[in-house]
Amino acid sequence: MAEGVLGKEYGDGEVICRQGDPGDRMYVVQAGKAEVLHEEDGIEEPVGWLQAGDIFGEMAIFERQPRAATVRARGTIRVLTLDKRGFLRHIHEDPSLAYRILQQMSHRIRSLDAELSKLRARAEEHAEN
Amino acid sequence: MSIALEDGSRVAIVGGGPAGSLSAYFLLTFAARMDLDLKVDVYEPRDFTKPGPAGCNMCGGIVSESLVQALALEGIELPGTVVQRGIDSYVLHTSADSLRIDTPLHEKRIAAVHRGGGPRDAGEVQWGGLDGYLLGLARDLGARVVPSRVTELDWEDGRPRVRSQDASETYDLVVGATGVNATGLQLFEKLGVPSKRCETTKTYITEIGLGEEAITRQFGTAMHMYLLNIPRLDCAAIIPKGNFLTICLLGKDIDRELISAFFGSDAVQRCFPDGWEVREGVCHCSPKINVREARTPFLDRVVLVGDAGATRLYKDGIGAAYRTAKAAARTAVFSGVSAEDFKRHYWPVYRSIAVDNLFGRAIFEVVHAIKSLGPLLSGCLRMSEKEQRSPGESRRMSIVLWDMFTGSAPYREIFLRTLDPRFLARFLWESALSVPKGVAHG
Repeated sequence: MAEGVLGKEYGDGEVICRQGDPGDRMYVVQAGKAEVLHEEDGIEEPVGWLQAGDIFGEMAIFERQPRAATVRARGTIRVLTLDKRGFLRHIHEDPSLAYRILQQMSHRIRSLDAELSKLRARAEEHAEN
Repeated sequence: MSIALEDGSRVAIVGGGPAGSLSAYFLLTFAARMDLDLKVDVYEPRDFTKPGPAGCNMCGGIVSESLVQALALEGIELPGTVVQRGIDSYVLHTSADSLRIDTPLHEKRIAAVHRGGGPRDAGEVQWGGLDGYLLGLARDLGARVVPSRVTELDWEDGRPRVRSQDASETYDLVVGATGVNATGLQLFEKLGVPSKRCETTKTYITEIGLGEEAITRQFGTAMHMYLLNIPRLDCAAIIPKGNFLTICLLGKDIDRELISAFFGSDAVQRCFPDGWEVREGVCHCSPKINVREARTPFLDRVVLVGDAGATRLYKDGIGAAYRTAKAAARTAVFSGVSAEDFKRHYWPVYRSIAVDNLFGRAIFEVVHAIKSLGPLLSGCLRMSEKEQRSPGESRRMSIVLWDMFTGSAPYREIFLRTLDPRFLARFLWESALSVPKGVAHG
């Protein structure tokens, strides 16, 4: 890892956080890509991608629930960790810091809506046939 | 009464260091969220891509852990061209001993940066450092950077007027981000603010070129802190960067004698390669730092941010610049630019920095006492060393030292943590064990 960079580096395929683990921190991608995977019966189903600037792991902090998904590095990735306490202290002092997270969550809901309507259309098509 | 900014309102920012650039950045970010069309001019005569004092805002160049995290949440990533070295640990040196303390996450979350183009003898100019990068971010959002020195500030029909070498323009708001080293502060006094200037003390900074390889070998990715029993020296740090080490001395009336005593001490000598003569680098400065805040940091249509107003005692001045700049911008866009608006929404943030400094001053008084009492200093090191050896144990002393030296937590929080009976009992116990036997029975 070069001297002039921040965060922690993960190699290709390495797990950054695992579904079911307690969520005591969140992450910001500094460079590289990662895949979000949902595990069911030991099988990992891809649900999305993360890239530089993306924040992840915040759901577990807001909902006080275990991690909802596993995140694996795809290629080398550099990630900055934000600890739960520090994060919560920051947003209680300055709620505008949550703005980007709201933006990102709203973006995710928009894509999920689009995905859902696509699936519904496909299911209806399937039923008609 | 509130005075609101409207579409087409104009804001002048005097000074393009972190406080000025971040003021522009947040004014334009918040205005965009509100669909408000603001025109922002940043007056900065310096060229941050130039090495040496011409392009430097003179400070140790540490972006604290908490600021790195806050900036990441803001979407501001510090690129490898700005971060000279990521820091993940610190080494505490006393005259007798050295102790390395790693952070629990083993992650580089502190950025060692150059403020400008790098030291006078940097050779090649590298990207303008932190200040050039932040000013670039403001420019990308639409701020106009005026490369002129402001020569006078006065009023025209109730609005502040900025006169520079080339022009004279009237604004709806003027933000003072002049720092304490510039004569710019006097300009704001003529406008009627502040009634009492911030108090300053001099610090000492020098940059020693040792080469990247030797720096990595000798200093690694750790910040090196020195607690030495040298009169008038509060604390000292050696911060490894790319090809240079930044040496920072903080204390009272730092002079040649004190600097020589520091360079000549065993604790410093043993960090350098054998036979290396530790001496002042080509680039050195004695900038003033703000130690007591200005009493009135605002008027109608005028607000002071960063070092010109209040900053954190000794540590994390860039973090204080971020907090004051953002609070002032938030007030201006979402509330208004009258003195009353600033009093209601900006003053609490400003005051919290000032109040926190009271705790900071108390902590540094305690540090003074500990430094001069051998057993207490040894107790401090022993306690931290034991915490490092047993990973499961709570790291009370290590965390207190980390937060204090890196500026990662408010002084109030550090102070309250040291009052924890478990911390005190353990500290006193380890200190008692450090008392030489003859004295203990004495």
